[in-house]
Amino acid sequence: MNEFWLLFGMAVATMATRIPVLITLSRRELPSGVRRGLHYVPPAVLAAIIAPIVLLDEGKPYLALDNAMLVASLIAVLISWRTKNLLLTIVVGMAAFLAWRALF
Amino acid sequence: MPPTPSDRKQHFLAGARDTFPLLVGAWPFGLIYGALGIASGLSPLATAAMSAVVFAGSAQFIAVSLVAAGTPVLVIALTTFVVNARHILYAATLAPQLKGLSTRWLAPLGFWLTDESFVVAAKGFEARTTPHERKWYLLGSELAMFLNWQIATWVGIAAGQAIPDPASWGLEFALVVTFLGMLVPMLKGRPELISVLVAAATALLAVNLPHRSGLLLAAVLGILAGLLAEQVWPRKEPA
Repeated sequence: MNEFWLLFGMAVATMATRIPVLITLSRRELPSGVRRGLHYVPPAVLAAIIAPIVLLDEGKPYLALDNAMLVASLIAVLISWRTKNLLLTIVVGMAAFLAWRALF
Repeated sequence: MPPTPSDRKQHFLAGARDTFPLLVGAWPFGLIYGALGIASGLSPLATAAMSAVVFAGSAQFIAVSLVAAGTPVLVIALTTFVVNARHILYAATLAPQLKGLSTRWLAPLGFWLTDESFVVAAKGFEARTTPHERKWYLLGSELAMFLNWQIATWVGIAAGQAIPDPASWGLEFALVVTFLGMLVPMLKGRPELISVLVAAATALLAVNLPHRSGLLLAAVLGILAGLLAEQVWPRKEPA
């Protein structure tokens, strides 16, 4: 493993997703349909990252009471929904996960 | 009119302050990344440098697991692109709100753009109407995330050299709970809820697609579902 080329390749790949579009699209108007679609980017992407981590185990559905991630996620959703407090959601969610995992 | 120095400082600090909960959430994730980097066979220097020059938590996490599996560098770079492709959509969302800024500003703001700072900016920009206020606000959020990530990585590297089997700590759940805390307040109406359900279901069904492309497919279908749902249940706030 050549560490220099690993870092170089990953850095270029990441910058390619972050910088060019930010520069080019700050200089022209986006069609309104595109802007409406962009509204759904953050929730859709976050949900797509989270769902497989929480609901699958080695590619198979994992819907059980001993799935600590599932139980703690439900608690985190409830706290976030009722309080909208991000810090509280993170701290209590993480504590619930560690506690549930220690129990089962 | 450009903001005065005290205005700049005020927006910069507000950006950093609004990011604080996410700094806390990034810590366990940075710790485990540092520890896994060492466990994968990367040198401590390369593990730390990746956090500085790539600065993309979930991509770094996947990359060290690929390194451990002996994956070729080119494949790791391509996977990094796919996993990070969501930033193209983030950049496209923020760009119209940063009109008129020079490349000297936009390039570093792009380099430091993460999920966390994007979500902070999407909300914080509502109260800041000029690109000049917004650039200082976003920079404050991004630099706070960046410094925090470097320190968490270093501590993780030190811990990884001392503690065996870091993957068994379960700290990757910190990413899940952080993203859930960002996601739930975004669900303001039925279109958003439907978008999220479709994206999650697609991600689950497409989990075995090569090179993690299921993530992009899920994002696209989630966006389309939200737009379709708007036709039936109009959005609660103007586009």
